[in-house]
Amino acid sequence: MSDTILENKLIVGPAPHLGTKDSIPRIMWSVNAALLPALFVGFMNFGWYAMLVVVVSIAVAIASEAAAQRFRGVPITVNDGSAVLTGLLLAMCLPPNVPLYIPAVGSAFAIIIAKHAFGGLGCNIWNPALAGRAFLLAAYSGSIVMPQWPILKQAFRGSILGVDAVTMATPCLVLKDAPLAFFGKYSLGRLFLGAIPGSIGETSALALILGASYLVVKKYVNWRLPLSYILTVMALAALLPQAGDSGGTISIWAGTLTVGAALARALAHALSGGLMIGAFFMATDMVTSPLTSKGQAIYGAGCGVLVALIRLYGGYPEGVCYSILIMNTVVWLIDRFTAPNFFGAGRHAAKNA
Amino acid sequence: MKTFKSGGVHPPEYKDLSKGAALERMPAPSVVVLPVSQHTGAPSRPVVGKGDKVSKGQVVAEANGFVSVPVHASVSGVVVAVEQRPMQNGAVCDHIVIQSDGLDNWAEGTGVKREWRDMGLEKIRAAVRDAGVVGLGGAAFPTHVKLSPPADRPIDTLILNGIECEPFLTCDYRMMLERARGIAEGLRIMMKALGVNRAIVGVESNKQDAFEKMRDTVWADEGVRIELLKVKYPQGAEKQLIEALTGRQVPPGRLPLDVGVVVQNVSTAYAVYDAVVEARPLVERPVTVTGDGVARPANLIVPIGALIKDVLVRQGLDPKTKKVVLGGPMMGIALPNLDFPVVKGTSGILAFKKMPDFMPGPCIRCGRCIAVCPLRGMAAEMIKAIEAGEVERYEELHVLDCMECGTCTFECPSRRPIVHYIKKAKAEYAAWKAKKK
Repeated sequence: MSDTILENKLIVGPAPHLGTKDSIPRIMWSVNAALLPALFVGFMNFGWYAMLVVVVSIAVAIASEAAAQRFRGVPITVNDGSAVLTGLLLAMCLPPNVPLYIPAVGSAFAIIIAKHAFGGLGCNIWNPALAGRAFLLAAYSGSIVMPQWPILKQAFRGSILGVDAVTMATPCLVLKDAPLAFFGKYSLGRLFLGAIPGSIGETSALALILGASYLVVKKYVNWRLPLSYILTVMALAALLPQAGDSGGTISIWAGTLTVGAALARALAHALSGGLMIGAFFMATDMVTSPLTSKGQAIYGAGCGVLVALIRLYGGYPEGVCYSILIMNTVVWLIDRFTAPNFFGAGRHAAKNA
Repeated sequence: MKTFKSGGVHPPEYKDLSKGAALERMPAPSVVVLPVSQHTGAPSRPVVGKGDKVSKGQVVAEANGFVSVPVHASVSGVVVAVEQRPMQNGAVCDHIVIQSDGLDNWAEGTGVKREWRDMGLEKIRAAVRDAGVVGLGGAAFPTHVKLSPPADRPIDTLILNGIECEPFLTCDYRMMLERARGIAEGLRIMMKALGVNRAIVGVESNKQDAFEKMRDTVWADEGVRIELLKVKYPQGAEKQLIEALTGRQVPPGRLPLDVGVVVQNVSTAYAVYDAVVEARPLVERPVTVTGDGVARPANLIVPIGALIKDVLVRQGLDPKTKKVVLGGPMMGIALPNLDFPVVKGTSGILAFKKMPDFMPGPCIRCGRCIAVCPLRGMAAEMIKAIEAGEVERYEELHVLDCMECGTCTFECPSRRPIVHYIKKAKAEYAAWKAKKK
């Protein structure tokens, strides 16, 4: 037999015999890396304790993943970066002074219940980090939505930004309760850079956009999703009647809303709360978002509508977490209705065949 | 630059290994093995037996129906066996084994030049069939069938496929560079057989010099246009090439002739020229032999039936070779051993020492398989249905319409063997359908 010419037995396997260099670990670690700028701002803003929250959250996520996989009798894949990502994302949307058992409980819930109870990576319906956050919100709401948020650290205090650091409400709370007072408290510049109270990793639009643009370039994030998400929130925030509008009339129709005021509302909503981190890093989670570009755009818009409704008329100052979780639930529907026309089976073919 | 509309990938080309190697004729090996089923359609019927003396070009198995062609001896010598053997795809059929006498004596009547312009349509088609010509791009569909469209399906365009979009392969490229005149002649013959006065030659832009050569050779022909296309896999697939060049889409389950087009590969055009003008049957074909497992990558004119082992050893096979693939790396078949012959559909022999390890992981629904599918299929959804055994959904998900180009699997970051699943699902569906009836 010819095999004697060769030192090895030949490997047989299905075509193709070439593949992309990308891999799941490469994608997951890239997303982790893309969160570093925002994490750095979190450190500058809130100091070492906030970083401890992050470390605890990630450590528990890794341990939970290993334990869950051990229990399920499947290979342990904590190296793939997905558990780290869940821990990191969860911590980034928690208050910087949260007691340490909270990220621990949240991470464990995220990995064990939201991820592995559904079959592990790729099988979960809800974004694990957000599911963890939603659980914490229900279980320890007092520690998650605080009326007064911690002071900013020295790094930003008295710097060029001129932040006068005291305990204060987050922009989102202010927007909810007293939108007219919003720009008296926060300048657009501060909102954009992130020198504001808020969750550990959500405050700096600049840092988040920086990291996300890397993912867009690498095609790990489809730009249509965050864009449709953010633009929908902005459009609705600009146009819908909200607290402070006279008599609940739709002010823009009554002609009382100037373009400038509408734009200010839009920007205020775009730059406050968790919208940026949600739109760029949570909603874009591959596992829990739609499969096609068209589906992703629709999904983004759906998240945007929900955020606007919750923020303007709901009981919470912030709607990003729920908007994504609710849209996660209908992803299968979006997938079904956004399946592309098979080659030659759509409008095109009818014309030619 | 034109290309097909949606999907497609850019695998690394690896064409430099063999691109510069001029076509070279491999001398007759001591033994050739000729399966009777080297083409799509009914296997041909052996007409020789053990001990028969044969000349090169003599029919050893005759066509068995309309979608079938004869097989010819590719060497002169003695038939030493007619026996059942497995082919590369695992199916078993008769193989005619010929021991070469080393003389390469051609059968009578071969090589007598003919003037095709005097020949009628039927005579041209018969010459193509009798010469055993099939599509050399890989599918090996009998060429005379494609040149005999039914009267109710008028053809207005002949497309000549010079795309060669599979990585590593360069033999079509060398054919266009070195045998452009024969290809152009074959093109004209096929235009006559089809009764069309419009032809488009498509060449990808990574073969600029072949494009220029073809342009300089055919540009004066009325009705013949040559197009340089953007490099993208799988542009050489019939449906994608038709869309790229004419904007027409062939519906699922239909054929190019349903949109008035016939596609032929450039090397097939040369084989048609050889068959009709030179009166020589298809006894050899261009094959790219390459990969890090061979010392001398080459573009060889190989006698059909030559054993892969003999071809590889001639080009300096590295004993550390771990994988041998027939065809291109995207759609080719990995061989379990080297005792298979080169057949009419063999466009490449790739020998690899270094193979990436594919460790499939879970689907993370990244959607890339869908974004890159040139047929706009929902691969991720197909696989979900296949894993769940939902056979009744295969039709609506177009599992059966998949052309198995491998684009989705190439792009999958989790290295899931998507095409493999789909192939299995097609068989499963056929069995399910049969049981339902």
